[in-house]
Amino acid sequence: MTESETGRSAADRTKARSTARPVVEVDGLEKTFGSGESAVRALEDIDLTIRQGEFVSLIGPSGCGKSTLLRLIGDLTSPSAGRVLVNGKPAARARLDRDYGMVFQAPVLMDWRTIDRNIELPLEIMGFRRAERSRRSAELLKLVELEGFEGKHPWQLSGGMQQRVAIARALAFDPKLLLMDEPFGALDEMTRERMNLELMKIWGQTGTTVVFVTHSIPEAVFLSTRVAVMSPRPGRIARVIEVDLPQPRTVETRELPRYFELVTRVRETLRRHEPEGRELEEIEASDAARIRAEGLA
Amino acid sequence: MAVAAGSLSPTARAASVGRRSISVWRKAAVAIVVLLAVVLIWEAAKWLGGDPWFIHGTVFGVRIDYEHRPPLQWRIADDLSLPHVWDVTRAFVDPAQRNGPPLGLVLSGQALFTFREALVGFVFGGILGLGLAVWFVHSQLAERALVPYVVASQTVPILAISPIVVNATKAGWLSVALVTAYLTFFPVTIGALRGLRAADPRAFELFRSYAASRRQILMRLRMPASLPYLFAALRIAAAAAVIGAIIGEIPAGIQDGLASAIVNYNQYYVTAPERLWATIVLCSAVGLVFVGLVKLAEAVVLRRRYGTLDVSPGQ
Repeated sequence: MTESETGRSAADRTKARSTARPVVEVDGLEKTFGSGESAVRALEDIDLTIRQGEFVSLIGPSGCGKSTLLRLIGDLTSPSAGRVLVNGKPAARARLDRDYGMVFQAPVLMDWRTIDRNIELPLEIMGFRRAERSRRSAELLKLVELEGFEGKHPWQLSGGMQQRVAIARALAFDPKLLLMDEPFGALDEMTRERMNLELMKIWGQTGTTVVFVTHSIPEAVFLSTRVAVMSPRPGRIARVIEVDLPQPRTVETRELPRYFELVTRVRETLRRHEPEGRELEEIEASDAARIRAEGLA
Repeated sequence: MAVAAGSLSPTARAASVGRRSISVWRKAAVAIVVLLAVVLIWEAAKWLGGDPWFIHGTVFGVRIDYEHRPPLQWRIADDLSLPHVWDVTRAFVDPAQRNGPPLGLVLSGQALFTFREALVGFVFGGILGLGLAVWFVHSQLAERALVPYVVASQTVPILAISPIVVNATKAGWLSVALVTAYLTFFPVTIGALRGLRAADPRAFELFRSYAASRRQILMRLRMPASLPYLFAALRIAAAAAVIGAIIGEIPAGIQDGLASAIVNYNQYYVTAPERLWATIVLCSAVGLVFVGLVKLAEAVVLRRRYGTLDVSPGQ
């Protein structure tokens, strides 16, 4: 997994990271939906450690369980076997301690609240004082470059702007961990690239640890310090690829030869773990049998 | 990113306000045109198949002798079934009893009385309905156990329930308000229950990630998300409240409300059908005003929510 040709600074960073405190520890994790005949094994044998300050992407085809893994880390669903530790605590404890912020594919803003009040929502729930809330929301509006929009309502903003508000809201209470589930999946390509740059800027400024689910290979490589490539049926981590691109990531990062190499590497890893050959024939045969059976019924 | 991209510029806002006032005028105009059309069809039916009528008299020194004999004879259009619009209108102005105040004034007083009962019952029913919905949304057991009874409560004719309620409480117009509440809580429960569950599932996950309490989820997510559903239900409840109040007055023996007018003018229908018609007009006016008030409240409460600033009176 380590790259022999990486520069010195990258090696230093890898070393620094290996000594940093683990934020997420996933150990022998399994998740099965349903039971008996109709049980679907979503995740099997997942081990993953994410250290402080890392940006780890989970990438894979649909059905590989990447979102489920993220939701397990966030204690939005519970594992069938194995354990998840966040900041050294069980995930449920970490959730109650408000250790992480969450960003979904849709911004999920409250229509009835203005932008600043949307950002202040977690602070209200966590009992911050009004003065502190306004101070934080003003700060975050600046961070996501939406000053002047505090009095607007969500429907008055574009999709990209709404997603920036969602990111600001997730950062409002200063969580040490940010969980992002395809946050830019619904945006057009140009907005997405701009949002990637902004996310890198925010990550650089806040030093938050990020777990990021995506199915865009270029996005994963551009953003991450490591990319966990997942394979489906059952969902597993096929390989974790170190991304040794220089920090900070900028517009030029996308033009580095190393960037293209890594994109290719991730793509090939994904392809290698796609069902193919004999396995694919089996899947197709069973599909065909099922269709015939339904036709006869 | 330009700052103006997602915001309304002052000129755009002024234009939208202008457009809004135009649309209010247009709606008022449409309402008047529809009303005129109803009157026209009404009188056209009488023209074709009603009873014969005539005008003999002197207007500004001009002698008028006009007789109209409709070509057809329809029972539904005769003067007993369908009095002339002008007769109904005149009934409002004519005294209710010899040397008494005009019928319109008497009916207005009765309408106000009934409206008060309906309003109080509506508030009771609204609170009960919303309370039940909040309970059900937090307790599957309560929901499964009680929803069938909530539904069954509405299959019992209100006419059978109201004497029981009136007899049990003996509280005059307040008993009537209770009957009204019985009729109004149902749509509120059903609407609010739907609304309290209407928020985006991911919004619930978001609140879960904040470790929000049930109370916080209720007040900051479920309630605001339920408001559009709640107001739709309240509009139905408002219309039902007026009916409930009128029905409740009969066994309560209340003489000050619209029910006594209806019962009274039913008895004298053969001699003065236009009085019952005038009462009907007032009953529906009470309902329209009530529903209109709910709609107004909705427009005020939800004015900033979806970018539609629709403040239209009536229905």
